[in-house]
Amino acid sequence: MQFWVWIIIAIVVIFLAILAGNYNGLVGLRNQLKNAWAQIDVQLKRRHDLIPNLVETVKGYAKHERETFEMVTNARNLAQKASSAGAAERGKVEGELSMALGRLLAVAEAYPELKANQNFLALQEELTSTENKISFSRQFYNDSALKYNNKTQMFPSNIIAGMFSFKAGEFFEVTVPEQREAPKVSFT
Amino acid sequence: MWEQIKSNQIRSAALVAAIAVLLLLLGYFLGLYFIGNGIGGLLIAFIVWAIMSLIAYYQGDSILLSLSRAKKIGPDDYPRLYNVVEEMKIASGLEKVPDVYIIDDPALNAFATGRDPSRASVAITSGLLQKLNRDELQGVIGHEISHVKNRDVLLMAICSVMLGTIVILAWYASRFLLFGGMAGSRRSSSSSGNSAGMVQIVILAVGLILMILAPILAQLIYYAISRKREYLADASSALYTRYPEGLASALEKLGASTQQLKSANQATAPMYIINPLHKEGIKASDLTSTHPPISERVRILRAMAGGASFSEYEKAYRQVHSSGKGILSTAAIAGAGAVSVRSASLAEPGGVELTSEKVARTREVSDVMLRLNKYRTVDCTCGAKWKIPPGFPDDSILCTRCGRRLKI
Repeated sequence: MQFWVWIIIAIVVIFLAILAGNYNGLVGLRNQLKNAWAQIDVQLKRRHDLIPNLVETVKGYAKHERETFEMVTNARNLAQKASSAGAAERGKVEGELSMALGRLLAVAEAYPELKANQNFLALQEELTSTENKISFSRQFYNDSALKYNNKTQMFPSNIIAGMFSFKAGEFFEVTVPEQREAPKVSFT
Repeated sequence: MWEQIKSNQIRSAALVAAIAVLLLLLGYFLGLYFIGNGIGGLLIAFIVWAIMSLIAYYQGDSILLSLSRAKKIGPDDYPRLYNVVEEMKIASGLEKVPDVYIIDDPALNAFATGRDPSRASVAITSGLLQKLNRDELQGVIGHEISHVKNRDVLLMAICSVMLGTIVILAWYASRFLLFGGMAGSRRSSSSSGNSAGMVQIVILAVGLILMILAPILAQLIYYAISRKREYLADASSALYTRYPEGLASALEKLGASTQQLKSANQATAPMYIINPLHKEGIKASDLTSTHPPISERVRILRAMAGGASFSEYEKAYRQVHSSGKGILSTAAIAGAGAVSVRSASLAEPGGVELTSEKVARTREVSDVMLRLNKYRTVDCTCGAKWKIPPGFPDDSILCTRCGRRLKI
């Protein structure tokens, strides 16, 4: 009699331990995911802030590229409006902004005076770095999302995820319509 | 990633324990011999080790940084370097941006320090900073940040302190034996009976052997830990940057340099990205002690065909070593999915072109051929070389790489 009571207690304790472990694991991963998303958000905002400056600087040297400036400004405004949207929607508008920026920088290639401008060089470095930071934070976010989603879908943590309604995370993909390529220098 | 750290921790803990056992054994036998009390010697060894560990734990990073004469920099001093560090911090998921230091030295090297990820520093020599383009710098910083992330810095500090204690104990013991030999012989003559003399001799023999072997053994274990950590840091760097070629070409440059870092010494050597103690004039890649040979690290990184994940690194490692044994733990490889490599970033003005020997030779040959065909060449300050065909109408040419106008 006594024996069975202990066995049952042990089973209950083990069950609770597994439950707690899985629950805490899920919460930890969800927080990591949230944190990773916040990182992306910071970098995207940073890019939005850089753009007016960049456009102004380029304008000083390349007055005739109005179309490009308008495209960049519009894409930026659209992206800024979508800043509270979900990952998929944001990925789309940010992708368009990336493309417009790529075009702006390509335009800048044709103006040697602009490329020698100290202000422009600093902005270019900032922009390059922000682009990298966006892609690295996206990388980290997607890794986190994959880990979190695996946890919510795999046994036994999926049961706990269902009980406490842990929803699967959305992946963040920036869909760039036209991949930016490194300019080619012909050596021969 | 996390699994990798965990399983590495277990393996490293075993190796650390081995060094600790060596240290205590040495202390015990030296104590037995010099003060006739093994436990006393053990205690002395332990106390020396504890004091050194405490210093290393609380002051290690600042001592290391001041020893190497590193200057702390802010985001405005070297924007590119600072940005790259921030990028790698984000890619690795570190919670805080490490402090960035510059060592004013033409030698090429870099290291990371700090006892935990929230209190870390990354240092790089000014020579290296000048030589690397953005992708290469990213690879190097990724390598250093992964040392922080994987807590290698703390582990190596613990190991190097133990190694140092062993070396110090053995050194002092040998001095005592050489110059204070009287003490030992007096005691052995005063001890009565034959069996006590025998015990004395055995203790002396064991003590001597330990004195000679312990530092060497500890060093070997230390190197084993250090090398494993270097491979892991290379693999992590490839994973963070998604661009193994960046680190590979940076390592190539590091390996080709023959300048010695002035401020490095034996104790700080494993902290650096490549062994800083290669002799002046000898290529760094020839020395293999704390670090795996550079040529091998480069070959592994280059063999990572179409992927930047740990499993890809593992595959490349096996391919290069042509043996069944891998370097990373299976748990880590199983956990990671396929990871694709990104393309090279935009070529920057002032950046150095990635040229392998083969490419350079091909260019040389084609230069000769072109000169025979009356082509003229113009060198741009950004490193590009322009070949102008005979009968080119203009008297200047625009360098599309850096935007300068060149006179012919």
